[in-house]
Amino acid sequence: MSENKQAPRAAVGSSTTSPGSDNNDIRRRGFFRWLALGWLAFAAATGGFFIVIIRFLYPNVLFEPPQTFKIGFPDEFSPNSVDTRFKKKHNAWVVRDDESIFALSTTCTHLGCTPNWLLTENKFKCPCHGSGFRITGINFEGPAPRPLERFKIGLLDDGQILVDKTKSYKWEKGEWENKDSFLKV
Amino acid sequence: MSLAALKSVIDAISAPTISFTILTVAFPFFFPPTDWFEKIHRKLGFWRLWTKKGGIIGLLLITAFFVLGYFDKNFNITLTKPDNFPIVLLIYSMFFYIWLGMYKAYQNDERLDAGLKPNEYNDPDDKVLVWPDLVYIEFIALILFQVFLIVWSILVAAPIEEPANPAATPNPSKAPWYFLGLQEMLVYFDPWLAGVVFPTMIILGLMAIPYMDINKKGDGYYTFKERRVGIFIFMYGWIVLWLFLIVIGTFFRGPNWNFFGPFEYWDTHKVVALNNVNLSELFWVKLLAKGLPSNILIRESLGFIAVFVYLFVLPVILIKTKLKGTYETYGPTRFVSLMIFGLGMLALPIKMYLRWAINLKYIVAIPEWFFNI
Repeated sequence: MSENKQAPRAAVGSSTTSPGSDNNDIRRRGFFRWLALGWLAFAAATGGFFIVIIRFLYPNVLFEPPQTFKIGFPDEFSPNSVDTRFKKKHNAWVVRDDESIFALSTTCTHLGCTPNWLLTENKFKCPCHGSGFRITGINFEGPAPRPLERFKIGLLDDGQILVDKTKSYKWEKGEWENKDSFLKV
Repeated sequence: MSLAALKSVIDAISAPTISFTILTVAFPFFFPPTDWFEKIHRKLGFWRLWTKKGGIIGLLLITAFFVLGYFDKNFNITLTKPDNFPIVLLIYSMFFYIWLGMYKAYQNDERLDAGLKPNEYNDPDDKVLVWPDLVYIEFIALILFQVFLIVWSILVAAPIEEPANPAATPNPSKAPWYFLGLQEMLVYFDPWLAGVVFPTMIILGLMAIPYMDINKKGDGYYTFKERRVGIFIFMYGWIVLWLFLIVIGTFFRGPNWNFFGPFEYWDTHKVVALNNVNLSELFWVKLLAKGLPSNILIRESLGFIAVFVYLFVLPVILIKTKLKGTYETYGPTRFVSLMIFGLGMLALPIKMYLRWAINLKYIVAIPEWFFNI
């Protein structure tokens, strides 16, 4: 038994084949070719997979209300009031104060719940962590770090107001000064 | 004292400013971490809670509270809600198991003082095998628990509501009970801290306990005296900073996430003055009577200094003074991890008290970069 024992082909310290001989070299090169091919195939498959997944995130048809919508004529909104008609469908409150009309986002700036408009307290109040916002959208109580965002608002030729949710204005960046963030009345 | 008066007293006490303070102050007297607390613990009889009589009285008090609540028309609503049933179980089981552990630990401490071996000590020859002795017990417990869950699910309907509507968030909106501690933390912190950093630190910190705790005593038997500081810190974090927050979230949080006593009517229009201000506003506007500096970093410099001092200067001072011995025995790596997790844990009560005392919203408030501490 013991005399039949074969020496391993690449034993440590064996000097039967000198390191870097032709035979060894070709094998190594072949190995790397297959390795590269394998990795390429793997990368292609994974890449294709992710491309398909990312494509999946953009549906062909969107069953949601349009991002821009008409809300009616300026005189339909009474001064110092919050119109909650557009909350459910469009996630926006339309507020009219003394001199302007603006559209507030209904997404709390703390963790994204939907606050409620409390008429008697004259404030928006979030039911999740108790953030409170004034009628202007300015945060004043609870953990919300910044005011509610305002959407782009403007007058159409027919005299109606158009709200465009694709553009929002942040108070902390001084964007409420922007003429498109409110409507003078 | 009439029942109504008792209820209003309980309502007043359960306001978090009071109940949290009472719990925090009383805690070291029930789990005394030092000799001084131990002395008072013995003198005033707090140790009696960890005797058989104390345990029975504790369970009776909890039961009396729930019975009182069941026959109260306001508390009955929150108490009998299917969502809240686990919390009733939690309060009972939490109390019972803590009591059981402390009861056994106190018995052992007395035995150890008398020079005896602890109750759990087994002769090395008198082995109990995992299979079948332990696995059978676990198997039976599993079956019993399954039976309990099935009976529960048959008797109590699942609290399923109407389809979700993003425009109409339920008021109050409560997370599942096991997340109510996090939801309570979110009241005091920005989401990236209370929703990401703290949960990660809690999980990592719990995993790190065996590496940070080098006390070899109490291995395989109940004891309090031999590991009192460790037990005190863990129990405070677990009971007060986690379980108690869950109880607050379940029974004491009502519409608009306002606080309500357990017997109080959930008035949607309850007015609570919560005009929160940031540290920068307190400093520049209130104290110096100036406008906020336009440079963000200058505006928030005080907050950054405060956070830096808390996280980096305080541990160095502690090494030089109070925790000198701890630092020497623990070594730098272990001590630093202890500090990271310890200061992270303490940040919660600190921020809670800052909110309650001076209506502080954020220490560092940079909404422009979505960075608030």
